[in-house]
Amino acid sequence: MSPAPPPLSPLARIAARSGAPSVPDTPVKVEAAQLNFYYGQKRALDGISIQIRTRLVTAFIGPSGCGKSTFLRTLNRMNDIIPGTRVEGRVLVDGQDIYGAHVDVVALRRQVGMVFQKSNPFPKSIFENVAYGLRINGMARTRAELSERVEESLRQAAIFDEVKDRLHESALALSGGQQQRLCIARALAIRPEILLMDEPASALDPIATQRIEELIYDLKKTYTIVIVTHNMQQAARVSDCTAFFWLGRLVEYDRTDRMFTAPAEKLTEDYVTGRCG
Amino acid sequence: MKRRADLAFRVLATGTLIVALITLAALVLDVLADGAGRLSWRFLTSLASRRPEDAGIYHALAGSVWVIVITAALALPLGVAAAIYLEEYGTNSRLARFIEINIANLAAVPSIIYGLLGLGVFVRFMGMGRSVMAGACTLALLALPVVILSTREALRTVPKSIREGSYALGATKWQTIWHQVLPVAVPGILTGLILSLSRAIGETAPLITIGALTYIPFAPDGVWSPFTVLPIQIFNWVSRPQAAFKENAAAGILVLLALLLMMNAAAVFLRDRFQRQGRS
Repeated sequence: MSPAPPPLSPLARIAARSGAPSVPDTPVKVEAAQLNFYYGQKRALDGISIQIRTRLVTAFIGPSGCGKSTFLRTLNRMNDIIPGTRVEGRVLVDGQDIYGAHVDVVALRRQVGMVFQKSNPFPKSIFENVAYGLRINGMARTRAELSERVEESLRQAAIFDEVKDRLHESALALSGGQQQRLCIARALAIRPEILLMDEPASALDPIATQRIEELIYDLKKTYTIVIVTHNMQQAARVSDCTAFFWLGRLVEYDRTDRMFTAPAEKLTEDYVTGRCG
Repeated sequence: MKRRADLAFRVLATGTLIVALITLAALVLDVLADGAGRLSWRFLTSLASRRPEDAGIYHALAGSVWVIVITAALALPLGVAAAIYLEEYGTNSRLARFIEINIANLAAVPSIIYGLLGLGVFVRFMGMGRSVMAGACTLALLALPVVILSTREALRTVPKSIREGSYALGATKWQTIWHQVLPVAVPGILTGLILSLSRAIGETAPLITIGALTYIPFAPDGVWSPFTVLPIQIFNWVSRPQAAFKENAAAGILVLLALLLMMNAAAVFLRDRFQRQGRS
């Protein structure tokens, strides 16, 4: 006779659910373990543990300043360039600790691409924006290969048809939504495995937003996508799993449909129904 | 009350501007009246002479161009490299702070001190003699603080989002600086360079100190050649007793002004070109 399982503490219950049976069990791509993050003396992330699965869209939701963007930026060590920041705990990508002693940050960022909240095309031509990553990483040996990869990336980001006749004009002449898709094309060009998106549609109108969301839906066949969003409907529409952050803590992490219909935590329920946050 | 203060300020500001412009116009007109008659192709292409009507400015003009081109070639890479170090790599290190204080102080040092330094270091110690090279090295030192400060300013105005975009694609720090940050900063860097060169081209004291000659019958034929420059030649002519040499001096001032205007125009042109390149 096997003994009955011991009763779980509230915190352990969250932890149990984080690895939860309800999260689809494709292989783990990114894993954080007891991650703390500090801006100077101020603790911005407090003991984050999460397992992000391969080829799913995972959404981070939560009120402003809850740490979701900060956590996203720890996944490709983008916070390294902010002076006075400090990380404790571990982040594993494909089982490798990316804060380990001999990690090549440049190689990490090639593997973990990023799209920012405000579209940030380089003040160069559309072609050069996409070609830059290929050039600096030595990923195209000939001119023909370079243009081929640029075209392929623009197609993947569903922007090629709109810009094919003006590849050599400035990227700054594009509309906001086009600029953001160009930035996605630029990130895809170097063939990352993981794509981090920090509120990629927050500055866009509804139609441009819809295009980005459709794009995310296509891209998850190939990439593991993590998206930070303020917009609850967006999280519900595009993501498979959702993680809810509150004051630097991960409150709950589950399948998106469960998070929005039957969350385990009262706080999550209050937030997704708009009663707080 | 507020509106009256606003009006008073506008009157004051406009008045100041008008005074400055009238002073400049008076100076230019006065020099034009004295020197325009002497300006001719022959004046530009003749060498110095004891007879004022034969004397030309060619040797000094050539000397100025030689010195300023080499000054730019020295000050630009050194200044930009120093600014990149201070702004991008050395932030908050003790060495960087020490260098920063020194650069701020250097910008305020009288130019004759640079002349004495040039005499000691370049002319004597490094054995350059009274050459174009020694002059250019001295003026490059003089121009450096301004080039460094304006380059840092230009680097600082490059949006953080551009750097992040570059890093996120797996670029190294140097790739980010070289491919993304510097091109955006070029207009600001050029403006600073030309401003500092405009100051350097009018300098007399440090060049006299290192032994640029006040009378020289030939134009420089290389960087190791002795030389003179426009302001020194003008000073030389002004100090002569004959009235005809005063006319030569006025004409020389016009040539110097024209050279300055051309440099500033080139700066504006280059800046606009680089800015457009970013946009269109």
